[in-house]
Amino acid sequence: MTFLSYLISGISLGSVYAIIALGYTMVYGIAKMLNFAHGDVIMVGAYISFCTTSYLGLSPLVSVLLAIVVCTVLGIVIERLAYKPLRQAPALAVLITAIGVSYFLQNAALLIWGSSSKTFSSVVGDWSIKLFNDQLTITGVTIVTVLACVVIMVALTLFTTKTKLGTAMRAVSEDKGAAQLMGISVNSTISLTFAIGSGLAAIAGVLLCSAYPMLMPTTGSMPGIKAFTAAVFGGIGSIPGAMIGGILLGIIEIFAKAYISTQLSDAVVFAVLIVVLLVKPDGLLGKRVSEKV
Amino acid sequence: MMKKALSLFLAAAMCAGMLAGCGGGADTNEATNGDSGESTAAAFKIGGTGPLTGDAAIYGNAVKNGAQLAVDEINAEGGVQFELKMEDDENDPEKAVSAYNALKDWGVQLSLSSVTSKPAEATATENFADRIFALTPSASSTAVTEGKDNVFQMCFADPNQGTASAEYIADNQLGTKIAVIYKNDDVYSSGIYEKFKAEAETKGLNIVSTTTFTSSSATDFSVQLGEAKAAGADLLFLPIYYQPASLILQQAKSMGYAPKFFGVDGMDGILTLEGFDTSLAEGVMLLTPFNADAEDEKTQSFVTKYKEQFGDVPNQFAADAYDCVYAYKAAIEASGATPDMSAEELCDLMIQTFPTLTFDGLTGEGVTWDSTGAVSKSPKGMVIQNGAYVGM
Repeated sequence: MTFLSYLISGISLGSVYAIIALGYTMVYGIAKMLNFAHGDVIMVGAYISFCTTSYLGLSPLVSVLLAIVVCTVLGIVIERLAYKPLRQAPALAVLITAIGVSYFLQNAALLIWGSSSKTFSSVVGDWSIKLFNDQLTITGVTIVTVLACVVIMVALTLFTTKTKLGTAMRAVSEDKGAAQLMGISVNSTISLTFAIGSGLAAIAGVLLCSAYPMLMPTTGSMPGIKAFTAAVFGGIGSIPGAMIGGILLGIIEIFAKAYISTQLSDAVVFAVLIVVLLVKPDGLLGKRVSEKV
Repeated sequence: MMKKALSLFLAAAMCAGMLAGCGGGADTNEATNGDSGESTAAAFKIGGTGPLTGDAAIYGNAVKNGAQLAVDEINAEGGVQFELKMEDDENDPEKAVSAYNALKDWGVQLSLSSVTSKPAEATATENFADRIFALTPSASSTAVTEGKDNVFQMCFADPNQGTASAEYIADNQLGTKIAVIYKNDDVYSSGIYEKFKAEAETKGLNIVSTTTFTSSSATDFSVQLGEAKAAGADLLFLPIYYQPASLILQQAKSMGYAPKFFGVDGMDGILTLEGFDTSLAEGVMLLTPFNADAEDEKTQSFVTKYKEQFGDVPNQFAADAYDCVYAYKAAIEASGATPDMSAEELCDLMIQTFPTLTFDGLTGEGVTWDSTGAVSKSPKGMVIQNGAYVGM
């Protein structure tokens, strides 16, 4: 029974990582850049939702929609101002810019919302399912997060494979130059990618803070890093990979805490990651793309 | 076109940065400008470093505000005059040393050391080498004062809290089976835990479960709580800050585990956490030197003024900083120090004076220091009832 309850905790933690990792992998898969500011867009999304529910008294659903709108716009603006001018620059320059944007967002949040942390009230509500004479508890947030993860994963996969815009995205990810020659607008495609990635970040932020209701300007950074690890674990660029990677990472983390040592849990998580990457360098579901010279 | 947009953005970012700088520093500037007309030469320059931005900014800003309030009050009275400067160290030891050097260039005479333990360990070494006297409001690690004759603490050191907590639990028979969750990448938390464990053994307390977490895993506590529950612990000792503690309380409730919770001074602040359901903290016990709800006149007037000026309920850090400035005032009056003395002369005077002082402040009556720099004051046991602290 304790095994099952730890498994549920693991899935609950992992589904939060997974939903963040989906945004990471989406942007990386198309734009081929690591958007380290993703974690901070999550934080902004959570703050928007917090403010609209606590100060304006709007319903949770409206607050989530507002957060999505704000984050989508924010994502497009960040892309336009910070990343687009660097489209021809080396990948390293873009990476450093992303770290800069991450600090910018954190400090902007510090100025706007202050340094004291806030307790987020769950948008999902406080219900939970109890099984086996109350020995097992599955919280509503876990169920909603896992469902949201699956829905987003399926929707993204369908979008990138079945729609015209999605096909354009894949074309851009394979070869920007050739895509442009085929009449695809590279800039607007990448903007769209950021818009979708940031919209997902808003959902991730709201669900992250519903599950672990501590909101401060640095809320997004550590889960962001863990989710990035999850995306690499699952094979960065692969949409189902991000989900599987995230959930596995959460389960490994909880099991390492429960059965090895709470002190060593992070070390165990990253040791597993190293082993996986040694055996499968592209992650669990990653595809090896050979560079043509 | 693209370049233009970029440069516009950069210019905007720079302006924002400058405005931000002004915003943060405005109150200090005003205060110092206010007195500089009549008393620049006659004011003691006190300064410290603390996290004014970043993760731990709540503590740095509380200290800054608390100290500023005391300085304004003292300056308004006439007599001893102070000039205060707080530099940002982002809770980073290296940045704390640069911030310390900036204060040294400014001509700091009496230091407030640093707000948090790790930076304070770094700046205290500099204080010792430069012979600048330091009194830290809140850096509670023993390494801050150890082997340094001119570094003193206003807060009680971590070990004292651990020992006092174990004594309190044993003497009042609060629990028979005790579980501990502490943060093992934090000297504050692990320092308290070590002493708690030692004292618990001598008092015959039974610790049935000890688990840890770190900054990077401070979200999910289901395993730690699960172990404590499985071990049948009826008291959970939490030598941690209130942010992770609030998550622990919430997760314990959702898994239907209701032991007694016992915290230390880091738990102070949980009731003012915005959006926090205070019913979760009902019955939580903690040892703290300061209680914003205390009825005495001194605390009441401090809390009212602080709320008026900064819009928050002051926490223990603000109270400690306020006491630091008043302790300096008391020491200066007792020793006859004058603002034209060099930092080194003041340092020698303060080293002689502090161990002889008996100080009444917000965080304790009859506070004394021994020559190692450690403070002696007794923590008060509090329990949270109906969303407020009540003395135990």
